[in-house]
Amino acid sequence: MDRRLATALLAATALGAASAHAEVTIGVTLGATGPGASLGIHYKNAFTLMPKTLGGEPVRYIVLEDGSDATNAGKNARKLITEDNVDVVMGSNGVPSSLQIAQVAFETKTPYMVLTPISLPPEKYYWAFIVPQPTELMMGAVAEHMKANKVKTVGFIGFSDAWGDLMYKATDFHAAKYGYKLVTNERYARADTSVTGQVLKIMAAKPDAVVVGGSGTGGALPQIALRERGYKGRIYHNHGTVNREFIKVGGKAVEGAIAPTGPLIVPEELPANHPVKKVSLEFTKRYEEVFGAGSRNAFAGYSWDAVMLVGAAIPAAMKKAKPGTPQFRAALRDSLENVKNVVGTHGVYNPTPKNHNGEDERARVLVRVEKGEWRLMK
Amino acid sequence: MNTDIFIWLAQDGITNGAIYALLALALLLVFTVTRVIFVPQGEFITFAALSLSLLEAGRVPGTVYILAFGGLAAATIELVVAWRERQLARRLPRIALLYVALPVGVALLVAWAAPRNFDQWIQVLLVLAMVVPLGPIVYRIAYQPLASASVVVLFIVSMAVHYVLVGLSLLFFGGEGLRSSPFWDARFKLGVLEVTAQSLWVLAASVILIFALWLLFEHSIYGKALRATAINRVGARLVGIPTVLTGHLSFLLAAFIGAVSGILIAPLTTLYYDTGFIIGLKGFVGAILGGMASYPLAALGALVLGLLESFASFWASAYKETIVFSLIVPVLVWLSLRSRHVEEEESE
Repeated sequence: MDRRLATALLAATALGAASAHAEVTIGVTLGATGPGASLGIHYKNAFTLMPKTLGGEPVRYIVLEDGSDATNAGKNARKLITEDNVDVVMGSNGVPSSLQIAQVAFETKTPYMVLTPISLPPEKYYWAFIVPQPTELMMGAVAEHMKANKVKTVGFIGFSDAWGDLMYKATDFHAAKYGYKLVTNERYARADTSVTGQVLKIMAAKPDAVVVGGSGTGGALPQIALRERGYKGRIYHNHGTVNREFIKVGGKAVEGAIAPTGPLIVPEELPANHPVKKVSLEFTKRYEEVFGAGSRNAFAGYSWDAVMLVGAAIPAAMKKAKPGTPQFRAALRDSLENVKNVVGTHGVYNPTPKNHNGEDERARVLVRVEKGEWRLMK
Repeated sequence: MNTDIFIWLAQDGITNGAIYALLALALLLVFTVTRVIFVPQGEFITFAALSLSLLEAGRVPGTVYILAFGGLAAATIELVVAWRERQLARRLPRIALLYVALPVGVALLVAWAAPRNFDQWIQVLLVLAMVVPLGPIVYRIAYQPLASASVVVLFIVSMAVHYVLVGLSLLFFGGEGLRSSPFWDARFKLGVLEVTAQSLWVLAASVILIFALWLLFEHSIYGKALRATAINRVGARLVGIPTVLTGHLSFLLAAFIGAVSGILIAPLTTLYYDTGFIIGLKGFVGAILGGMASYPLAALGALVLGLLESFASFWASAYKETIVFSLIVPVLVWLSLRSRHVEEEESE
């Protein structure tokens, strides 16, 4: 080969490599198939709408599929970090998958935007920023509402998985402060054909209200069964349940169901001075333009907010190091702890070293099913 | 626990148990005739239930694509085999009718009927017409070429078919659950008990189906052929029973039973693209409780399973599945102690 050509090629490759480093790379692993598909699809959809530049820097997104499987999620995270040299990882739908990624992020010292509410030990929490509202924050709204309505005894029925545990803990967390007592802790699986046994047990305990720790359409089964058996009290759900399919499946039986959620579900109904109204409204509009009217959901908003947080943290990190280096990853992590008033679709984020979520009461609203629609409770 | 709760739980357990019993019978039938442990049985439930929900919503269910393309794939295989055996001209009309005209015709019919919101009974018939032919199609594509393979190989094929069908199910029905409206919204008071018409439907349909199966096996030549193949495959072939036909027939029945189960439970619960598997698995446990050999025992086992599940969900809901599935351990121990060791393969 001609020596000059070889040199030119070499120079070109070197140049290519250098220019590849000039952009920030975001690695994402999500499960749009498998048992978590109903959520994963929404998370993933949002990445088709992401901006091409963040904080003035070009950004590349690499989105991998993990089939809602924790082992795959961990493998994907490792591949993204070691092979694609990403600056930050994001994912996944489902607690077990997110725990796996947190482990990898901790080992490789990579900032990790967690898209599912999870709790982590301090050393892993150091690298992880949890985008969704903490379950305690969300269920706090339910607890407040229950207190205002003089609820003293609460029956709980939730999924027999990590989500059910999380919801039970969050409901229990507020019990003493808001003066109610949990009288049952019943569990069911999403694929169960009947919850008659659990519901009978709840009915026998005669609680003033029932909290359902399910998610998506899975939350409908207990409510239908409770209403069929003639339960008259209020039934509360959680932010995992708020979508259109829930109402479609539940029909008349879920009328009056109350749930906390991010403002993103009802941006039109928010008061004009609500800080996230504008961002939420814009995102909902864009999302529904692409994925159909009524396709709005909380999960796509978490993906969006994660990217916005990274965007807010990039400028400070750029001053310290170049993307693609360990120094940049460390700088990005430090910067993420110090961003201020990042307005997302769900709330206003003010992360601190102690609180890697940084949302407050502005990130939650209570909604209720009225005439087959989720409506903001005034 | 008081008597009211006991009766409620028993009613719930019997309703679920009836469904499991149907599935246990289907699994047992397929296993004894073809030696296939038919893991994808549950997918017929899912396909039928979700197709019914979508038809109710006036949408064309993705099942039509599975049916049409499955039929075409089976036709291709049949054509190649016929061509190799130089019987193309003779077999062509039959292939064209069974694997092309029928599936594609049903698919087109459903596509035409879906937006017209016909009566629920017609929708049920459409669902049956869509799902039942899938049984023989699956048999033709996946199992018939391997009909004489060992039980383990057939089981692995079953797993593969299961994953393919679940994948298609997610593709066509999406990740969220669906529920269809009940056939009859009535409720009856029976002492403390309030029985929904839908659970009566489930019971009646199960009893009728079980009786119909008994009639089929006892009093029809096809049923007798199935029984003969189940008892002794080689012997059946020697007396001129075509084992390919009995294979097709058993899968047809399995798909029919799966589809009926799906239609029956669609209004009772929220079904997801992968729910059928767990329901089918419980039917399978029921069949194992019955020793994987006797129909009445399998039905009884399934009923016991339904009751156990119902009571477990009252007493210890978090451990319900554990309790239900650990039931097979003592049964398997007992079975293996009792049975003399029979080698699974007769040499072909």
